[in-house]
Amino acid sequence: MTTDDTYFIPEPSRWPIIAASGVFVLLFGFILYINNIGIGSMIGAVGILWIAYLFFGWFGAVIDENLKGDYGSQVGTSFRQGMFWFITSEVFFFLTFFGCLYYFRDITIPYLGGEGHLAKSNLLWEGFVATWPLIDLPDPTNYSPAKEAMGAGGIPLWNTIILLSSGGTITWAHWGLKKANKNQLVLGLIMTVVLGLIFFSLQAYEYFHAYSEMNLKLTSGIYGSMFYMLTGFHGLHVTIGTIMLIVITIRAMKDHFTEENHFAFEAVAWYWHFVDVVWIGLYFFVYWL
Amino acid sequence: MSEVATHDDHHDHVPSGIGRWLFSTNHKDIGTMYLIFSLVMLFLGGASAMVMRMELFFPGLQIVDPDTFNNLVTNHALIMVFGVVMPAAAGMANWMIPIMIGAPDMALPRLNNLSFWLLPMAGIMLILSMVVSYLPGTGGQVNTGWTLYPPLSVQAGMGMDFVIFTIHILGISSILAAINIVTTIVNMRAPGMTWFKLPLFVWSWFFTGLLLIMIMPVLAGGVTMLLFDRHFGTAFFDAAGGGDPVLFQHLFWFFGHPEVYVLLLPSIGVLGLVIPTFSRKPLFAYKPLVWFMAMLTALGMVVWAHHQYTIGMSLGVTTYFMIGTILISIPVGMMLMSFIFTMWRGSMTFETPMLFGIAIILMFSFAGVTGVMLAVVPADLQYHDSYFVVAHFHYALIPGALFGLYAGVFYWLPKWTGHMYDEKLGKIFFWWTTIGFNVTFFPQHFSGLAGMPRRIVDYSPQFAEFNFISSVGAMAFGLSHLLFLYIIIKTIRGGEKAPDNPWEGSQIGTVGLEWNLPSPPPFHSFTTPPTIK
Repeated sequence: MTTDDTYFIPEPSRWPIIAASGVFVLLFGFILYINNIGIGSMIGAVGILWIAYLFFGWFGAVIDENLKGDYGSQVGTSFRQGMFWFITSEVFFFLTFFGCLYYFRDITIPYLGGEGHLAKSNLLWEGFVATWPLIDLPDPTNYSPAKEAMGAGGIPLWNTIILLSSGGTITWAHWGLKKANKNQLVLGLIMTVVLGLIFFSLQAYEYFHAYSEMNLKLTSGIYGSMFYMLTGFHGLHVTIGTIMLIVITIRAMKDHFTEENHFAFEAVAWYWHFVDVVWIGLYFFVYWL
Repeated sequence: MSEVATHDDHHDHVPSGIGRWLFSTNHKDIGTMYLIFSLVMLFLGGASAMVMRMELFFPGLQIVDPDTFNNLVTNHALIMVFGVVMPAAAGMANWMIPIMIGAPDMALPRLNNLSFWLLPMAGIMLILSMVVSYLPGTGGQVNTGWTLYPPLSVQAGMGMDFVIFTIHILGISSILAAINIVTTIVNMRAPGMTWFKLPLFVWSWFFTGLLLIMIMPVLAGGVTMLLFDRHFGTAFFDAAGGGDPVLFQHLFWFFGHPEVYVLLLPSIGVLGLVIPTFSRKPLFAYKPLVWFMAMLTALGMVVWAHHQYTIGMSLGVTTYFMIGTILISIPVGMMLMSFIFTMWRGSMTFETPMLFGIAIILMFSFAGVTGVMLAVVPADLQYHDSYFVVAHFHYALIPGALFGLYAGVFYWLPKWTGHMYDEKLGKIFFWWTTIGFNVTFFPQHFSGLAGMPRRIVDYSPQFAEFNFISSVGAMAFGLSHLLFLYIIIKTIRGGEKAPDNPWEGSQIGTVGLEWNLPSPPPFHSFTTPPTIK
């Protein structure tokens, strides 16, 4: 429901069309690149710069409008609801991959191993034994099988602790923001950024270890494919979240946020908690169970 | 009844030149661009259908080779679903929802423009997917159909990558549009415009938006896995590595079935306005109708596997999907009954939108009946992948989605353009297109039941008569759209001046504020919240 006397409508803006064309250039370059056409990487790089310029420009414009005080509470509510629905769509994106993981574990692989109502014996690949994590593939010709599966102790456990702590530090920062305690806000955010970077580094080290020591690759059959798809998209979201955290840390230092007006902080905090929850799902279903 | 105060102050300056359209933050301009885009795409998708029907005029190969034919099958579906029906419905949402609920604009106007401008980008990418296959070394045309099932789609040439990213761009566009529309409905209603005062069209888009937010990411995930299987050596859809090609079908139809309701619901929303207006009676059972829409949304999410009965699911699973699918006929049937009871003892007149409304009730019910036939597992094992299915879903989607949008176009053209359309031409268009449609698709039920497979360039001579009739109908159906185009252009260019409220019955029942505004409405409709009594 509206509370303000007048509505806010932005002036015509060039950013949307820059965004749409930037997406096109980026993806067009990427298609050429994966099809081994030389110029593709160049076009893709232009696309990345284009999109980076876009984010600086568009978000910069929104920040300026906000600092000028153009937005009433209705705009703030629209932003919050928009962010809520965006995260909802992200949840469904990750649910897709979790769903696939359990489809493979509970339906496809037992079926290949001879279970199920139609297959009384494993006709396609005789002697194939259904296991999870799947190391011995039905037919390894086109794949590079892993030596072992990823364990739940060590780095993944540390990463769980780190990411959960970062959820705590950002909440502590939020408390600081609500008390108008700038030091607590900035310190909380910096700790969150540092924890995010540590998580990212450990994850990179884990990938490196998996590729070099365990031969666990994207091409190691369904276990490797699913492992890297889930942790990779999560890692991508951690990266995006960390960049967002760095931006709002700088903005917090510049006194952009007040107790009432801090949509950007809330949006990033929600996003970070979402990334956190996805990781807990990953830790249970990919690493542990 | 509603009472509106509009203020025409200095805010009402219209940007000039091409920048007005490229940089727009105005819901009416963006809505217009959506509608024009979908009209262009309608002719592109229609042309591909015409080529297919010309090819199928007689048995044997006539004008296109099989690979091109399969490519046309793919592009016809993608263009019609993503390029025509969804943009047209989104264009109507853009145009009408803010002025119905008394909002100044959409909740996030710049995001709105991004949602639109992604569509032409996706269109270019889809056209590239066709074009690149003619270059050497790119590996043939995209011949999988819009369902993109592996392993064929994993083996396909470079065009498939363009299709995958077309779907990604369309997905971003749909999700952003859905977020915007849902936020607008929740947050931008004028004071006093409570939930159960909303016109049914607004409700229909609320549920459509929720569906899009839930299903588009799943399709994006599915085609991303496809991309990885194609280029990065993953094993998602390859049993040799422990994967499963059938999983893609689950992912696709988890998106694909709710997508049917994404296409259908906005048209049901239009009907919820058109039928009461021309029956001069309030919509019968408005609140239950909203709840049945909610039920349709929920049930629609959990019945996807009826598209894949033949993949070898267990008896328990197929039974579940069969019962769930048949349950869907309850909310859909209730909606249609509600429209019929609205007409009961109403003082009806038969302007073009109403003709389309009544035609939808008749022909969409017919699709519902064949839908129940297809939902029954033992029967479907016979009908699967036959022309019966083609006939079924064209009866569902052309009346259910497209004719609903036509009804909306004729209903709102006076509001959009400020001119009345030519009623006589409108009626001619209605009869021409409806007869053409039925002549095209009715015989396909018979050829399908007799065993003619779908998505095929050639067929056994025993199906020659049905296909001949079908093709004749298709040519008539296709040509009728030139008249449609003519009517629209004629209305835009001039004609009888439309009053603010051209329809006598439009103020009965749950109505929005759109008819209180001038025709066409000012560039900015509401700069301060209107009051609703």
